[in-house]
Amino acid sequence: MKLFRYFSVALTGILAHKLRAGLTMLGIIIGVAAVLTTTGFGSGAAADITANIQNGGVNLLTISSGSSRGGNNPATMTMADAQALSDAQIFPDLVYVAPQYSSSATYTSGSEEGTYQTIGATANYAIVTDLDIEYGQFFTAEQVEKNESVVVLGHTVATDLFGTADAVGQSVRINNNAFQVIGVLEESGGAGFGSNDTRAYVPLQVAQGRLFNASRYRGNYSVSTISIQVATAEGMDDAAKRIEQTLRMRHNLSKDDTNDFTISNQADLLETISNVTGTLSILLGSIGGISLLVGGIGIMNIMLVTVTERTREIGLRKAVGAHNSDILLQFLIESLVLCVLGGLIGIGFSYGVAAILSRMSFMPFAIVIEYWALVLAIGVSSASGFIFGLYPAWRATKLDPIEALRFE
Amino acid sequence: MPYTNGSTTPPVIEIQNITKIYKMGETEVRALNGVSLTIREGEYVAIIGTSGSGKSTLMNMIGLLDKPTSGNYAIRATETNRLSQNQMADLRNKEIGFVFQRFNLLARTSARRQVELPLFYAGVGAGKAAQMATAALERVGLGDRTHHKPDELSGGQQQRVAIARALVNSPSILLADEPTGALDTKTGEEVMALFEELNQQGMTLILVTHDTDIAAQAHRVVTLRDGEIMSDEMNGLTLEPTPVVAYG
Repeated sequence: MKLFRYFSVALTGILAHKLRAGLTMLGIIIGVAAVLTTTGFGSGAAADITANIQNGGVNLLTISSGSSRGGNNPATMTMADAQALSDAQIFPDLVYVAPQYSSSATYTSGSEEGTYQTIGATANYAIVTDLDIEYGQFFTAEQVEKNESVVVLGHTVATDLFGTADAVGQSVRINNNAFQVIGVLEESGGAGFGSNDTRAYVPLQVAQGRLFNASRYRGNYSVSTISIQVATAEGMDDAAKRIEQTLRMRHNLSKDDTNDFTISNQADLLETISNVTGTLSILLGSIGGISLLVGGIGIMNIMLVTVTERTREIGLRKAVGAHNSDILLQFLIESLVLCVLGGLIGIGFSYGVAAILSRMSFMPFAIVIEYWALVLAIGVSSASGFIFGLYPAWRATKLDPIEALRFE
Repeated sequence: MPYTNGSTTPPVIEIQNITKIYKMGETEVRALNGVSLTIREGEYVAIIGTSGSGKSTLMNMIGLLDKPTSGNYAIRATETNRLSQNQMADLRNKEIGFVFQRFNLLARTSARRQVELPLFYAGVGAGKAAQMATAALERVGLGDRTHHKPDELSGGQQQRVAIARALVNSPSILLADEPTGALDTKTGEEVMALFEELNQQGMTLILVTHDTDIAAQAHRVVTLRDGEIMSDEMNGLTLEPTPVVAYG
């Protein structure tokens, strides 16, 4: 097959000019590596966030106080609402109802001091949000009932305050109240979204009363959030609808009033986040794509120089019987081989970068290079080899063999 | 096409009344003005002339690198007037072996690969091409240099690689353009000795030069001036004299 033999001609041409070929490929190498690592960042972040959210538990509905449209609505969601939703007669499909009251508090232990998000929760919170305990245990229903001054610390909180994660049995002052550490959570990793490393948990009414002196609404303590585990994934929408109706009724909202609470579905949240990270990937990828384009123009530049430089060679090839199509194919394939080779090296390079970065302690997640990105990188680099090789190759065919042979 | 001199084989080169006019802006330059020339199998012809005499233009015509403005040119009875670019390329590949003043070898490519080049465009398979190339290199005395690259070869050796490349596809003629122009006298003589040897073996040779000493070594000398043939003479008596006849 004649076409196949051009590849050996192209390879010979490339090997005969290693430095120039290397510099030419550099543009494509950097471009492909940039596309892959940036989209890898996006994919890695998305995978990490998704895993964190899914870690939070299954079939989870979260009801937050206040309208989704913002505004300073008074905290109208109360313990009584949580109580109502807990009625197994009316809501048999709500497996767990876990109200929370959260705010930030100052923690002191010896000379160490820090401010952390503190969540007042019920015992079933650990089940609903699927918390993993490393040392000790989460507080029990009995401890919640008795308003005991116990606290479960996030991993980072424990190491910040005590220098070690194993802080069970230690005492800590929270907003100047003495608490005993009964549990420390496993490190969940991640810096932001869904990470509970920098949080601490206390019994619900301890938070509402002693710690934060929460506001009351119609005689009941207000709550910030109610987390609800629904029996089945299919029943989520239906449950959300009935919860909405119940709460509207309880809050005396008329037909025209907007909700003074927000029900969010874990699945909706996942979708929103995957949209965001998808957009992020596109943004990062297009930045990489621009560098790939620049690399392609570099290829065209060098190929044009190559054609001029090899005028005599082209003349000779024509003299000994090369057709214009032979010359066109030779240069086109040379450019194609350069780009694909550069693309492959770029892929190897990006895997190296991903492996190194993923081991760095400051990286909250691993870079995930996905197959579609690989296919895209190879596709785009060979396309740029073809497109940017076409013009120089065409120029080569236009050389007059007589002039080309004389060219000094 | 009738041949009046009684020979049964057609001439290798038959040029009839060729004119080549270049347009340089407003003015026309007649590079060739009614040139007729017949070259038979086994001849060793030097085309000589000063620069501007039209010898390069004539060489380009013979080498099928250029087309005449008017007149006919047949190579082994194949009329070339109506050939397409690709057909001309195929004919160059098959019938003409080029030797250039500056060798025109590919950079950083082994001697064998250089010689294989015409075979690549002829569509000869890699294995057979390697065999033929090695044989051609042996023929020019470079059987032990097949893997050497141009910068590892002397000027004379490089020109011999170029000659092997010209020979490899068994062309009808070897067309050499100032083949000794870039060589010193001694290596130039070696190359001329090789030409003589090839001619003894039956190869038809056309040498284009401005050097009368080089031309004197050919068996027939065609002198061009101002685009016309001034003289066409035999050197010595090694061959039957071939009359310059316009056929047809």
